[in-house]
Amino acid sequence: MKRAKPLDSKPLTARQVTSRGLGAGAPRLEAAGPFGNGPISALPNANLTSENKQVAVRIGDLFLQNPVLTASGTFDPFTYAELVDLNRLGALVLKGLTLQPVLGNKPPRIAETPAGLLNSIGFQNPGLEGLLRDILPRLKDVTVPIIANISGDTEEEYEELASRLNHLPEVAALEVNISCPNVARGGMVFGTDPEVAFSVVSRVRRVYHKTLIVKLSPNVTDIAAIARRVEAAGADAVSLINTLLGMAIDVRTRRPRLGNVTGGLSGPAIRPVAVRMVWQVARAVRIPIIGMGGITSAEDALEFLLAGARAVGVGAANLVDPRATMEIIEGLERFLEEEGIKDINELVGAVRV
Amino acid sequence: MDLLARIERREEWGRVASEKAQAAGDGFLWRTADKSQGGRGLPAREATTPRPVPGRDEHRDGVLYVRLTLRAGELAQQAEPGQFVMVKADDGLDPFLRRPLSFHRINQERGEVQILFQVKGRGTGLLARRLPGDALQLLGPLGRGFTLEQRMFPENGAGTQRQRVVLVGGGIGVAPLLALAEKAARGGDEVLLLLGARSRDDLLAVSDFRALGAQVHLATDDGSLGHHGLITDLLDQVLREDAADAIYACGPLPMLKKVAQLADQFGRPAQLSLEERMGCGLGACIGCVVGTKGPGGQPTYKKVCQDGPVFPAQEVILP
Ligand SMILES: Cc1cc2nc3c(=O)[nH]c(=O)nc-3n(C[C@H](O)[C@H](O)[C@H](O)COP(=O)(O)OP(=O)(O)OC[C@H]3O[C@@H](n4cnc5c(N)ncnc54)[C@H](O)[C@@H]3O)c2cc1C
Ligand SMILES: Cc1cc2nc3c(=O)[nH]c(=O)nc-3n(C[C@H](O)[C@H](O)[C@H](O)COP(=O)(O)O)c2cc1C
Ligand code: FES
Repeated sequence: MKRAKPLDSKPLTARQVTSRGLGAGAPRLEAAGPFGNGPISALPNANLTSENKQVAVRIGDLFLQNPVLTASGTFDPFTYAELVDLNRLGALVLKGLTLQPVLGNKPPRIAETPAGLLNSIGFQNPGLEGLLRDILPRLKDVTVPIIANISGDTEEEYEELASRLNHLPEVAALEVNISCPNVARGGMVFGTDPEVAFSVVSRVRRVYHKTLIVKLSPNVTDIAAIARRVEAAGADAVSLINTLLGMAIDVRTRRPRLGNVTGGLSGPAIRPVAVRMVWQVARAVRIPIIGMGGITSAEDALEFLLAGARAVGVGAANLVDPRATMEIIEGLERFLEEEGIKDINELVGAVRV
Repeated sequence: MDLLARIERREEWGRVASEKAQAAGDGFLWRTADKSQGGRGLPAREATTPRPVPGRDEHRDGVLYVRLTLRAGELAQQAEPGQFVMVKADDGLDPFLRRPLSFHRINQERGEVQILFQVKGRGTGLLARRLPGDALQLLGPLGRGFTLEQRMFPENGAGTQRQRVVLVGGGIGVAPLLALAEKAARGGDEVLLLLGARSRDDLLAVSDFRALGAQVHLATDDGSLGHHGLITDLLDQVLREDAADAIYACGPLPMLKKVAQLADQFGRPAQLSLEERMGCGLGACIGCVVGTKGPGGQPTYKKVCQDGPVFPAQEVILP
């Protein structure tokens, strides 16, 4: 989360880096090139080239030019395009989507906690029609995979959303959120019972024919058991963790700090829990894992890879440092260079226990 | 938008820790009330200007308010009154989130902006320790600021007419109003500041408003200076005298609610600067919402960081 920009420098402008031609089964692309001149070149090692390192990874049918994704709900592609080159991301994961528009929970929706935050956004989103009308058309220049993150109150809703998204060429993959702690019904209940998880994922799988990622809840005793059932139901990958259910109280007013009373904890505070869960799930399933939870630096991301994640999601860090994903990508490239590692895939699950 | 700004100057307001420190005048800032000034029959007296404090001192615990002058040419060029920055209070992961702070002053010529903040919790406590020469990580300018409405009167040739602009501040809510007063004064508007606070020690930047030629009326909860009561009592009086064309307010929620109600009652446009807990300040997290009247009067949520922080009073549904 360090910045190394000159004083009074100009805003960083988004730069269009064309996506690498990733043929199926040939994940040998370089990461996007040097940052170029101007204020950005003040970044450490900004002129790093990446000819002899390989940071591309594969998740299901998706070839990602690097393993760094935005975590759902923590990144606005429109405002962030001023600071981040969207086409340098591994993939762009959109905010949680439901079939119908959702108003969301009453404020306050954010409470800062030690090295993290609680949120109770409650899925405020414009619904599928809103996505089609207002969001996707404005993402036409994004050349990296766009992943939709979906939620529902019922299995039918998940199924309908999935089948309608199946036909959209703009959406490369689906992340099915069975783990949101912020909705009264649905959300997390689908992710805390292995058989309920199996059932909803099976139904989505029947109608969705592209890459299907299932996002797991950490609010369970045995996350590996859920992951196994999700794999059995046909998921191509799992992503974890979603936020941990939490609560904070203002002792003077004696009121909860969130309007919704409880909310989801994210940020560096949860990282050790997330790393442990990735490690457990990695030993339980064969499908790739997208690891997340408190990643703010390349070193954090590497921890997840070593624990068994094939790719990582960056969430809360985006709120504090909009360029976090870019810095992490650069940091990973630098790490490979420094350690003389040819292919980042060598690190996946390479923790020495 | 993502930048480092150097602290050029630091001023602080605080309670004097000891008689000795006060006598030594070692940089701790203290305030006394001084000259009184009438106007419209409303009481108004002034607190002293803060003195710049160059170095560290041992009485920092008593610091209540800090004003930082930041060298940030680009920000100064782009910033509008009512907009804000997200400031990283400290390096490291805790406190995790940035703090939203409004532009207190915008000086394009000097390439400087000022922020004025109340020391409330950990974040502002850490910020209060930053000294001239330190660099602050800022994101900004963010949000939508105040809009000074220009009333057009083509029939009297001048094109526009001087607006009687009434600024209503409560406590630290004075922060963004100075930038607005400066802009209004530059545009030739007549500025009236109504500033209320708990006590006279909490009436900030009053002399800066006076220096602009603004009329100032003060109120305190404890009666230590100005009107003994609510600042909105004075707004009521001003509106009854038909002395306001437009109202701009920033302060605690009960004050804003009363301002909205009075503006509505007297049929005057009012703009309110709102606060809400923010995750990002950039529109990403949808954490900072306020209830608003959507199309057809349907309640909906808008983002304070992106759609605000300044909203027309009749648009928002204050909790
Ligand atoms: C658009 C906007 C502009 C603001 N401008 C100013 C200003 O110019 N001067 C000034 O003194 N204050 C201003 N505030 C309030 C200021 O952001 C808070 O006082 C500050 O964040 C408190 O941080 P802390 O760590 O000291 O307090 P803590 O209570 O420890 O903070 C804990 C968390 O709550 C948040 N928080 C606490 N109080 C508020 C609040 N009133 N509004 C929003 N978030 C809060 C913090 O940002 C942090 O995330 C503004 C708020 C907003 C939304
Ligand atoms: C403000 C906010 C909104 C979020 N919205 C969603 C969402 O819509 N769907 C989802 O699956 N996860 C959502 N998450 C969870 C994150 O994607 C991520 O799984 C979690 O925050 C842990 O990662 P982090 O510590 O890096 O933030 C949200 C998190 C935050 C902080
Ligand atoms: S603070 Fe994140 S959307 Fe407003």
